[in-house]
Amino acid sequence: MNGIIAQTLYLLQKDLLLDWRQGYAISSILLYVCSSVMVAYMAFIEIDAIAWVAVFWLIMLFASVNATTKSFVQEGSGRLLYYYTVVSPQAVILSKMIYNVGLLLVLAILTLGIYSLLLGNPVQNIGLFLTAVVLGVVGFGCCFTLIAAIAAKTGNRNATLMPILSFPVIIPMLGLLIVLSKNAAAGIQTPNTFRDIQNLVAIDAVLAALAFLLFPYLWKE
Amino acid sequence: MNTLLHKNWWKYLSVALLLFTIIGGMLLPAPRLPILNETIRNLYFHVPMWFGMILLLLMSLVYSIKYLRGYNLQHDVVASAGVEVALWFGVLGLVTGMVWAKFTWGEYWSNDPKQLASAVGLLMYLAYFILRSAIDDDDKRALVSAVYNVVAFFVFIVLIGILPRLANSLHPGADGNPAFGQYDLDHWMRLVFYPAILGWTLLGVWLASLLVRLRLLALSGRQDD
Repeated sequence: MNGIIAQTLYLLQKDLLLDWRQGYAISSILLYVCSSVMVAYMAFIEIDAIAWVAVFWLIMLFASVNATTKSFVQEGSGRLLYYYTVVSPQAVILSKMIYNVGLLLVLAILTLGIYSLLLGNPVQNIGLFLTAVVLGVVGFGCCFTLIAAIAAKTGNRNATLMPILSFPVIIPMLGLLIVLSKNAAAGIQTPNTFRDIQNLVAIDAVLAALAFLLFPYLWKE
Repeated sequence: MNTLLHKNWWKYLSVALLLFTIIGGMLLPAPRLPILNETIRNLYFHVPMWFGMILLLLMSLVYSIKYLRGYNLQHDVVASAGVEVALWFGVLGLVTGMVWAKFTWGEYWSNDPKQLASAVGLLMYLAYFILRSAIDDDDKRALVSAVYNVVAFFVFIVLIGILPRLANSLHPGADGNPAFGQYDLDHWMRLVFYPAILGWTLLGVWLASLLVRLRLLALSGRQDD
């Protein structure tokens, strides 16, 4: 177990260093978010709260899929073979999940910032909204990491498969998130709010556990 | 003939039950309820589709897990055939629901959370087949689709368990709307409804077993080459 944690930290450091040095991966996804928000701004100018929430989650959804698609493709098959000999698969999936969740958190904060700057922020209960964002980002990160690993197995078809595999799978979670953030935007706390948060936490936990358990099979091949 | 009857009795049972469902479902008395009227007979056709679908998906999940534990391609054949038949049941369930909705709710599609959830579920399992068709190698396809199938089943449970509760639904059984199994499923309806469930489920298993046999033949043919 100790070995896995050490390996995870090492892989995490490697991913960070690699993306920092190359630069294009992170900067392209940041630019993607900025342009999406600009498009939304040009289309709406004035926006009501419900549409604000919907467009926010749409931007987050597409940006998350884009950001996570490359998780396993960027590593060539030669390097994956090398990992296979030196680290455990659990360490690989853990490091990728943590990295993606971290990346998506940064992305979400940035999106929220630019989005609020341009279109205003109608959210009345900001604490509830941020809870929804964090829970959503954790779920997106875990789920999309596993889907990216699945899609990567199809070789060069992976960019087309990523959205069609991940959108239907994430819809139930997105439904909960949108209900929660609409409530947060309107500043209402229904009796169901706490139950919805509990459900989201449970979904996040099971998605992470599924990714953790299933990835070693994908990895073996 | 004797051995056939011995081995295939459940297929004869399925045909007999479905004949009874169709004839009895159309002719036997049904309670007179406002709005529902005669459309209540849709219960014998719409609801068993979901029973059959969930049972087949469960079977498919079991065989996907079996594949991951033993890497036996025959298990993958059973899993994919299960999803395929389940998908047909799902489509029929959605269509029978939509026809019913037209005559009771006024629209084929009225943004009902249950309709949405089942449509999303179908999309998810359609993606399963796209994923399968994107991989050429038999073993790799079996492995990757088994992993996806496990994830998809979990999400499917969330989908039918959580999503429909998020919004108000007109669907029977939701928010205290009258549904079968409570006070309005009378004696005559039970008489047809339970055989209907058994008959349609057996038909699903029958279809899946035919598909499995066909695919296993194709598989052994490929392995001989």
